[in-house]
Amino acid sequence: MASISPAPAEVPPVSNAETVVTVRGVTKYYGAVHAVDGVNLEIARGEVFGLIGHNGAGKSTLFKMMLGLIPLTSGEILIDNASVSGSGFRAVRRKIGYLPENVVFYENLTGLETLQFFSRLKGASLRDCAPALERVGLTHAARRRVREYSKGMRQRLGFAQALLGRPQILFLDEPTTGLDPEAIREFYVILRGLKAEGVTVVLTSHILAEIQERVDRLAIMSEGRVQAIGSVQALRERMDLPLWFDIRIAAEHFDAVRSALGHLPISAIEAHDGHVAVQCRRETKMAVLEALAVLNGKVLDLHVREPSLEDVFFGFSD
Amino acid sequence: MELTPIGIIAGKEFWDRIRNRWVLAVALVFTVFALAIAYFGGAQQGSVGFRSIEFTIASLVSLVIYLIPLIALILGFDAIVGERERGSLDLLLSMPITRFELLLGKYLGLAGALAFSTVAGFGLVAIVLATQLDLAALFHYFGFMLSSVLLGMAFLSLAVMISVFASDRTRASGMAIGMWFFFVLVFDLLLLGALVVTGGHYGGEIFPYLLLANPADVFRILNIFSMEDVRTLYGLATVFPRALADPWLLGLVMFAWIVAPLGIANWRFRK
Repeated sequence: MASISPAPAEVPPVSNAETVVTVRGVTKYYGAVHAVDGVNLEIARGEVFGLIGHNGAGKSTLFKMMLGLIPLTSGEILIDNASVSGSGFRAVRRKIGYLPENVVFYENLTGLETLQFFSRLKGASLRDCAPALERVGLTHAARRRVREYSKGMRQRLGFAQALLGRPQILFLDEPTTGLDPEAIREFYVILRGLKAEGVTVVLTSHILAEIQERVDRLAIMSEGRVQAIGSVQALRERMDLPLWFDIRIAAEHFDAVRSALGHLPISAIEAHDGHVAVQCRRETKMAVLEALAVLNGKVLDLHVREPSLEDVFFGFSD
Repeated sequence: MELTPIGIIAGKEFWDRIRNRWVLAVALVFTVFALAIAYFGGAQQGSVGFRSIEFTIASLVSLVIYLIPLIALILGFDAIVGERERGSLDLLLSMPITRFELLLGKYLGLAGALAFSTVAGFGLVAIVLATQLDLAALFHYFGFMLSSVLLGMAFLSLAVMISVFASDRTRASGMAIGMWFFFVLVFDLLLLGALVVTGGHYGGEIFPYLLLANPADVFRILNIFSMEDVRTLYGLATVFPRALADPWLLGLVMFAWIVAPLGIANWRFRK
């Protein structure tokens, strides 16, 4: 496995767009426990940024500090150029949408009343409440009390709540928890639309496969520190994890594959059920493809499996 | 400080209590008890029917001193800790609202519900009794209602303070019950015990002032000293300094009992 270099002190966002979220040298200590330990981040306007990590990695603590919900032990967090611990942060809160993990609402209110309550608190227009419910597909349940809502419906109501007041920055903590696959797909469609409108999205998720195609960049947190930061592709390259070739070929040609690749630094080769799986490092990828060309006509199909976000994640967080 | 978010939180707390019929239930309890005391309070002495406003208020004071602190503590003990335990506090605090505004909004909403049910419950009785009361009697009864509201506000403030300090609802309810026992049942016994043990030689002068350290006692003094008959009846006139019987001063002490716990709660909540 490749050696992991420590995350640099300043990591610029992918584009040179305006920075919306700046996290500088942030720590949070609970006694001897270092929940967050020297984190630096910059998130650009319109970026979809993922924060991933094991339970207890410090991502929820960092999330709450970014929202000004808990004080920082040291360091500085700026959202839209306002310090989260300053008095000017109240105005910034109006531009923020927040969906907490396991969102909880008042059971005695209806879905519409819930949105109206939060809309008033945010100083947003009450006229936006019904469209927000429609956007998440809850119009039919607008006048039902939240106590009758399923977990997925509550999560959708939470998302509608986060969209009130047309926020410019969205903080979504495990936003797809409890949603069925159809709703997850709809959620990311809405997210794409928001990104197109220039909304910045910071989200956490433990379903790595789900976010790997949907975030511009992500930070992997472990033991209170950012272990790696970048696009999924950049992280894959930095980790230099091996990739797999799945070659579909008749069983009698298995040995031909072995001999064609014999001169290359292949880390594993497995044959079963009309398939040969070949594992190699990224730099050997093209050489393997060239070597397979000699088997012209015998290879029935070929598929390259890149390391998944899971592989990258475990590589950085272990 | 902005008034709008305070009003939104207060409005929600108040209307929640109206909607779930909490206000109606408490008002009915007050009405029924007050009417029963007014008409049947003298049954032990062999007479049934309304006797006098002084007698009725003195009996009502004994009832209210147990009931209102209990209702106020139950109403407010989970104001903050309940939100925290449910998991809805973070979302509330992510809104453009300060912790102080949230705390004050919660308090004012709950206080409004308690004051409304107190005034409605006892006010209904005043209307029923109106034909049998002269202006002075009505004035006394109004004073009793106002001091009942203040008593509720003071204990509600203590309850909200508990709701900030407690780490979970179970502990908060235990603390609320403990506080009720201390102020309503134990405090006077302790003072009395101290007086008896020292043979009344020490502390006799500060005794009346120590009563101010208990909002329930302040309420009792406020009502009892407003009536000449009752004062002589209780034999308190001789032991209680006249200066302390000033209703404005007592009102001020009650006000302090409302503000101080809220202030402590705010200090703690900000930490």
